[in-house]
Amino acid sequence: METKTKQQTELETTESVTITGAEAVVKCLLAEGVDLLYGYPGGAIMPVYDELYKYQDKLHHVLTRHEQGATHAAQGYARATGKVGVAMATSGPGATNLITGIADAQIDSTPMVCITGQVGAHLLGSDAFQETDIVGISTPVTKWNYQITKANEIPEVMAKAFYIARSGRPGPVLVDITKNAQFEEFDFEYKKCTSVRSYQPVPNMSMQSIEAAVELINNAERPFVVWGQGVILGEAEEEFKAFIEKAGIPSASTLLGLSALPTKHPLHVGMVGMHGNYSPNKLTNECDVLIAIGMRFDDRVTGDLSRYAKQAKVVHFEIDPAEVDKNVKTDVAVLGNVKETLTVALPFLKANSHKEWLQEFRNLDAVEFDNVIKNDLFPTKEGLTMGEVIKQINEASEGKAIVVTDVGQHQMIASRYAEFNQTKSNITSGGLGTMGFALPAAIGAKMGAPEREVVAVIGDGGYQMTIQELGTILQTKAAVKIVVLNNEFLGMVRQWQQLFFDKRYASTVMTNPDFIAIAKGYHMEANRVTKREDLANAVQEMMQSKEAYFLEVCVEKEDNVFPMIPTGASVSDVRLK
Amino acid sequence: MSTKNTYTISIYTENNVGLLNRISAIFLRRHLNIESVNVSKSEIKSVSRFTLLVKVTEEQVKKIIGQIEKQVEVIKAFYHTDEATVYQESCLFKLSTDLLIQNDEIQTIINQSKSRVININKNFFVLEKSGTKEEVEELYHILDKHGIMQFVRSGRIAITKDEMPVSKLLQLIKA
Ligand SMILES: Cc1ncc(C[n+]2csc(CCOP(=O)(O)OP(=O)(O)O)c2C)c(N)n1
Repeated sequence: METKTKQQTELETTESVTITGAEAVVKCLLAEGVDLLYGYPGGAIMPVYDELYKYQDKLHHVLTRHEQGATHAAQGYARATGKVGVAMATSGPGATNLITGIADAQIDSTPMVCITGQVGAHLLGSDAFQETDIVGISTPVTKWNYQITKANEIPEVMAKAFYIARSGRPGPVLVDITKNAQFEEFDFEYKKCTSVRSYQPVPNMSMQSIEAAVELINNAERPFVVWGQGVILGEAEEEFKAFIEKAGIPSASTLLGLSALPTKHPLHVGMVGMHGNYSPNKLTNECDVLIAIGMRFDDRVTGDLSRYAKQAKVVHFEIDPAEVDKNVKTDVAVLGNVKETLTVALPFLKANSHKEWLQEFRNLDAVEFDNVIKNDLFPTKEGLTMGEVIKQINEASEGKAIVVTDVGQHQMIASRYAEFNQTKSNITSGGLGTMGFALPAAIGAKMGAPEREVVAVIGDGGYQMTIQELGTILQTKAAVKIVVLNNEFLGMVRQWQQLFFDKRYASTVMTNPDFIAIAKGYHMEANRVTKREDLANAVQEMMQSKEAYFLEVCVEKEDNVFPMIPTGASVSDVRLK
Repeated sequence: MSTKNTYTISIYTENNVGLLNRISAIFLRRHLNIESVNVSKSEIKSVSRFTLLVKVTEEQVKKIIGQIEKQVEVIKAFYHTDEATVYQESCLFKLSTDLLIQNDEIQTIINQSKSRVININKNFFVLEKSGTKEEVEELYHILDKHGIMQFVRSGRIAITKDEMPVSKLLQLIKA
């Protein structure tokens, strides 16, 4: 169980104190164990900021350069730590700037609490200055939201917000607080929320379903596991490993599941999905039992659903009942937290090794190596490849770094080649595919896990979407390593234009600024690599730096990411070129 | 399998603001039309009940129920076919008072359709009728010939023939 800090015990006493709503907000955050939050001030949230000034020694507020940056930083923090990330903004434009990050957190199940200021309750609905219906706007992209109009609602709503954000399948919660509620005084008392009547975070586990699942798995000749982020969110890495090891099942990750199992684990057969590995995609349509663990059959994973694993019986270990049968019909659904369900199932599993079946994956890996990996990691052509940059990062970090990626070709290359030895090491925007995610998310990750090396791998396009967060790094000294893979294109879109639009490169050419000068403008160490012989040293130098560091690598302009499953194709139609 | 049916969806929820927005958004995202909505108190204190009427396939309605139940403030959602429910709609007609005086047919219509006059003055009278959609429609067609000044009907409300074990569920949660 979590140990209570002194502060918390103090706050949970029944003795009430008369304070303002704004101070109550801060006290609630402290009671929830928050010591760091990201945000941007403005008129409607000023009373809370004024309290933050008073509580600086206990609660550190990081001023990002844009509210979107605050949400992504909170996400990065949450993903690196498993704790709830907190972002704060003022009403109107401040609040709407949070939406991209909230939507990203919703689809990637990231626990986050966003607090927004709102105009006074008497002005609600009057189109007052900086009034927006942020509760209405955020409804489709939050797990829960609430507008507070009276100070005495603050403790209960805040407690509920944190409970809902972190429990069950985590997600973002937004609490909107009118300005009058921030000023009002009331008798403050705080009690943590442990249940909400209408909300069952984890569905009841059924022994019957576990038995049925185990029977299918035990009798399978070609079982295949695809796991997702549910393993990480459920902190079930050990249970998961024990499970696949006992039954000897070849296992592949989704994009967000990466790092739950060390990359070099003998049963790890790669990543599934549009730019995943050849063998797991191809053999999805050869297995006899497909075991999905904490994943949701995203369309980027399944390709054409009507041709996805039709031959296989499907077992789905899942915490969210709404995901069962949503995209892929299951034969057995095992509801519950995978940490619990895998533990209960383990003793019933038959020990097995499936050597020949595993060998089939390895045979296809060799095909992928010859056709793709060799050229990516050991190129003989002149231009630098994105793959060899990732390889150098692996070597310099010994697979111990947290790799934060943005969205595009570099993201897929990094996901394919980054080596992870430790869980919670892969932070990327999966479901929403939000360009601009990586730089602020890396700041959050570094602050959440200061003892770890954090390397952000970003495209020249996405970098410029949140480049202003270099200012946040300057001010906070967050020692993130930024690697921009510059191909002077919106690479991923250009790849599609090349393959499916006759090379008509409509609006994907990027004329870029002098990134080194920009980094230097923010007083950051910076270096640029254009030649292969300089790469290893440059990456080493970056990794050895104790401070934030910017490295631009000018890579080949028109390189493509393969394998690839074109939209609408079957996973077994995965293309090697 | 993929034929569309009329389903009555019953949703038991906390009585909080904003929930109608969350629930309707689920239909909006899937481009599904809601034929009618009714929100009211339920048999359980401080628990609201939504009754929605939709025309979708069974597979669709199952997925919708999953998404609805996922909402934090939803206690439980159910779906039922017409056969599994007893349902009613209510409607009001505004008609000219002259009709009552000049046309004896109207009295017969009122009696036979089991509707009742709930308000009358020298210009108009208001006729109320509860029944199935078909019964309401039939009366509409008959009255239409005589001139309807205003017409309004409510959403469907329905009681299921099966039990909906929400109270039990709530007790379990409390225990
Ligand atoms: C906010 C946002 N806008 C647009 C897109 C569509 N998009 C996906 S990948 C991509 C290109 C990314 O280019 P770059 O950042 O240079 O990375 P590269 O693909 O070259 O590695 C674009 C425009 C997106 N994912 N997110």
